[in-house]
Amino acid sequence: MKRAIILAAGLLLILVLTLLAFGLPIGPSLQMLAKGAFDGEVGWGRTLARTTPLIFTGLGMVVAWRAGMYNIGGEGQYIFGGIFGATVAAVGQSLPPALLMILILISTVVGGALYSSLAIWLYISRGVQIVISTILLNFIAIQLLSFLVRGPLKAPGKFQLSQTLRLDDAVMLTRFSNKSDLHVGFFLSILAGLALWLYLFRSEGGLQIRIVGENARAAKAAGMNVAKIQWRAMAISGGLCGLAGGVEYLGISGAIDAGFAQQWGFYGIPVALLAGIHPAGVFGSGLYFGALFSGTQYMSRFGSGDQTLIFVIQGVAVLGHVLLNYYAKRKEVERV
Amino acid sequence: MFEILRYGAPVALAACGETLGQRAGVLNIGLEGTMLSSAYAGAIVAIRTQNPWLGLVAGVIVGVVFALLNALFVVKLASDQVVVGTAINLFSLGLTGTLYRAEFGKSGTLLKVPMIPALAPGIDFVTVAMILAVPALTFILFKTKWGLLLRSAGEYPPATVSSGFDVIKIRTQAMLVAGAMAGLAGAYLSVGVSGSFAEGFTNGKGFIAIALVTFGRFRPIWVFAASMLVGAAELVQFWLQAKFGTANVPAEFFIALPYVVALLVLVILGKGTRSPGALGIPFRRNS
Repeated sequence: MKRAIILAAGLLLILVLTLLAFGLPIGPSLQMLAKGAFDGEVGWGRTLARTTPLIFTGLGMVVAWRAGMYNIGGEGQYIFGGIFGATVAAVGQSLPPALLMILILISTVVGGALYSSLAIWLYISRGVQIVISTILLNFIAIQLLSFLVRGPLKAPGKFQLSQTLRLDDAVMLTRFSNKSDLHVGFFLSILAGLALWLYLFRSEGGLQIRIVGENARAAKAAGMNVAKIQWRAMAISGGLCGLAGGVEYLGISGAIDAGFAQQWGFYGIPVALLAGIHPAGVFGSGLYFGALFSGTQYMSRFGSGDQTLIFVIQGVAVLGHVLLNYYAKRKEVERV
Repeated sequence: MFEILRYGAPVALAACGETLGQRAGVLNIGLEGTMLSSAYAGAIVAIRTQNPWLGLVAGVIVGVVFALLNALFVVKLASDQVVVGTAINLFSLGLTGTLYRAEFGKSGTLLKVPMIPALAPGIDFVTVAMILAVPALTFILFKTKWGLLLRSAGEYPPATVSSGFDVIKIRTQAMLVAGAMAGLAGAYLSVGVSGSFAEGFTNGKGFIAIALVTFGRFRPIWVFAASMLVGAAELVQFWLQAKFGTANVPAEFFIALPYVVALLVLVILGKGTRSPGALGIPFRRNS
């Protein structure tokens, strides 16, 4: 608990320092950020809608990293989720909306999981480091998406726009009011977090993942099928990132274009790191960054500053967290 | 032919520097961010002073500063290398993005940057330095005492310590050289290759450079050769686009080509490459 408070205070401090460093007025800027992020239904709706993909991709990073697999490929897996989802949407137009919605969501999970499986296959059979392969696969996915929405997946008849068919409202995830962006996907993300927590900390499969992450060599010596367990963790990770794409597709965008991913897969990395690589922490750090996105969106529209500020804050926050961990650990050692 | 050299040089410089770092046991995921910040610094200084050479110097300085920051975390504090590198990338993306937009407005204007003069078509000071750096690095790595120490720090640090040497110092030195080269590489992108700067300018070149180190089997000469292959892929991309247009073959295919080449070669050569034993593993003094 004490740690969470220190962390929260630190995050606020980093925010203030970043504003200061770029010469933005602190009082008015903070006020504007808060207004954009938490002002009534619109503000909260926007914040929680931004938080949703962050929670999904953050959870995706958590499960892979717990197995010692540095999945940096959330972005590519998110995009592949979107590609699979849009393909199913194009093929299954005549299906009943509710069924189509479920099929799309499932296909996004499959798409993400298949793409992350490619990386883990490269690692296990060819010895290509996960960090490197997932980064390269991100770039390839971005180009593939851009090609698909210009060609094969492009909505027929529309010559001007390179995007897929727009989904019917009936297929989209339910919204609660027409004033706010908040949709059912947010609650799905909470359920996913809960499920992942149960899996990682209350099931044998999760225990295996954590053991492999702690010490793969020892796990192998104990007779565990390390490759299979790593594969499982990466597939779940990719599936969650793919689902992040699916929920964004069905909850917000309704159609997919080249700018579909908006780096949500990438932001999962700082979210998971600040969360201490724990599913529960992902809600806190996801909400922090979600509120920042929502707040800076408002700020850049009505005042000064820019959304790129968030990257600075994310970078410094991660380094600050690393420092905090270092000193916390050192204290523990001294006490022993 | 020399054009390949010019296109390959930024990646080659960064990758050869990174080879040194990885040989010493440090995987620098922050390479992309370092190059991006140096490219921005190089562009800004070159525009302000109208002197591209000062731009190169600025790039090197930024590269060294980032390397110091990185070394502080991953070497001195023994933090996780991927985590710190990712933070550096995020930080650079935000820093360059915010400064760029504050100065040049929100639209993605392409800056015009004065370029360093060529000695001959396709050859300039940096490409020459690059070619000289390959044998120099090979010599340093395999024929000098410092090179031996560096390799041992990346292979089995406890042995380095028991022979009375300081792993932290050696790793930091290797990272500083790598940082300077990454900085030069970034600045060369803006003042040497393209004469411009835009947001997200490095576009994954730093990541490709990291991949090329494995691909080049941790040997400067092979890393250099691999970089030229990727440089060629990039040149071929421009050439094919100009020749065939984007009507028959989608442009995205060409843009993805360097990444696909890098990945494919890793797949083909991946097996059988042995990385330094302690690569990516933080060294703690008292453990």
